[in-house]
Amino acid sequence: MVKVKLIAFGQLAEILGDDELNLNAADTNGLKDALNQRFPELKNKKYVLAVNKQVVSINILLTEGATVALLPPFSGG
Amino acid sequence: MDKERYSRHLNLKNFGESRQQKLLDAKVLVIGAGGLGCPVLQYLTAAGVGEIGIADGDTVSLSNLQRQVLYTVDDISLPKAVQAAIRLQRLNPDIVIHTHVLHVDAANALELIRYYDIVVDGTDNFASRYLINDACVLLEKPLVYGAVYQYEGQVAVFNVADILGIKTNYRDLFATPPSAVDAPDCNDTGVIGVLPGIIGVLQATEVIKLITGIGKALINQLLTWSVVSATAYTVQLQENPEAKAFIPADQAAFRATDYDWLCSTQITGVEQIGPISFVQLTTEADVLFIDVRESGEQPEAHFPHLQIPLSRFKENLLSIHKNKVVLFCQSGKRSLQAAQIIRDSFGESKKVYSLTGGILTLIE
Repeated sequence: MVKVKLIAFGQLAEILGDDELNLNAADTNGLKDALNQRFPELKNKKYVLAVNKQVVSINILLTEGATVALLPPFSGG
Repeated sequence: MDKERYSRHLNLKNFGESRQQKLLDAKVLVIGAGGLGCPVLQYLTAAGVGEIGIADGDTVSLSNLQRQVLYTVDDISLPKAVQAAIRLQRLNPDIVIHTHVLHVDAANALELIRYYDIVVDGTDNFASRYLINDACVLLEKPLVYGAVYQYEGQVAVFNVADILGIKTNYRDLFATPPSAVDAPDCNDTGVIGVLPGIIGVLQATEVIKLITGIGKALINQLLTWSVVSATAYTVQLQENPEAKAFIPADQAAFRATDYDWLCSTQITGVEQIGPISFVQLTTEADVLFIDVRESGEQPEAHFPHLQIPLSRFKENLLSIHKNKVVLFCQSGKRSLQAAQIIRDSFGESKKVYSLTGGILTLIE
């Protein structure tokens, strides 16, 4: 398990709150589980994770101090 | 070339006549002439993009004027594409503007897009965004994407190969649409008026960079701009092997795809109705109409109804005393959410209707 810093955008920021959030997880799947446990509302939301500004579509290992962004789709125009 | 009109480009270091000529030779289609489309159109017209297509099937309404800066009160109820073209042609009479008064759909998208070099997505819903993305993938057209939510906006350039030859598109980011319920639009959640201005100008900038080759375009990157923190957060995209399967295999498959269905939430047991069925239901007995908007939202409903704002819907379920319930809101998304809550709580004991397009469709 490593400690990562989270940044959330859009609707997800409303769920995660304004305070800087750190969570412990070994990989991105583990991080999603930890997030869902802490914020059950996230379960039904669509978003992608960007680890150190790189969008990931498969499970990857996290490194200590990584920044993970939660990016939801926006539709407005 | 009108050297006086474009003199600031011609004098600009690393720009000059050859790059201005590239703009004059370019054909750009802007889909959606709303919050994003207005600034995109204004700056591309001013820059001298030789041919600009405007595709929009909507008319101007008063609530548009908070951010859609091409229009005035005189344009209300008139087609956006036509009014925008009139204003833009006065800004730059030397360019050709093609007006497409239509909603882009699976039947017309390919023929429309085929003519142009670059497509700009300034639409306001997921059905259009996925449709435009897939059409651009099939036709191999560069797509400059922009979208907004409240105080944040996204910009990206899709379908353009980077130096490694890698091309990404919107489906590499989000392979499938979220339910409409999960991703409300500006009508429902509001948007700060300057935001589509900022994002639209960034889109216009990327178009100009793609055409002229100056700088580095946002290829395979997603930029998120936050009005609140005045910061940009840019992430690198990569191909998502799962995403390809969701794009229609060819143009025939594309034409046969129902994007409205893919992107709207078909909630089991909830009937989504239009204004005609809605009015019919008002003549029936034992039907309960519920406005799920927050108090004070305009326009008011002038027929018997209950008001239960979505934010307090769950607490007030007991006041839904009839078995036939018609839900409505501003644009039809919150009423779907409320319909889902009723289904979850009452199962099939209540017949639930939701007004697609919201109260705004009743006025039209």
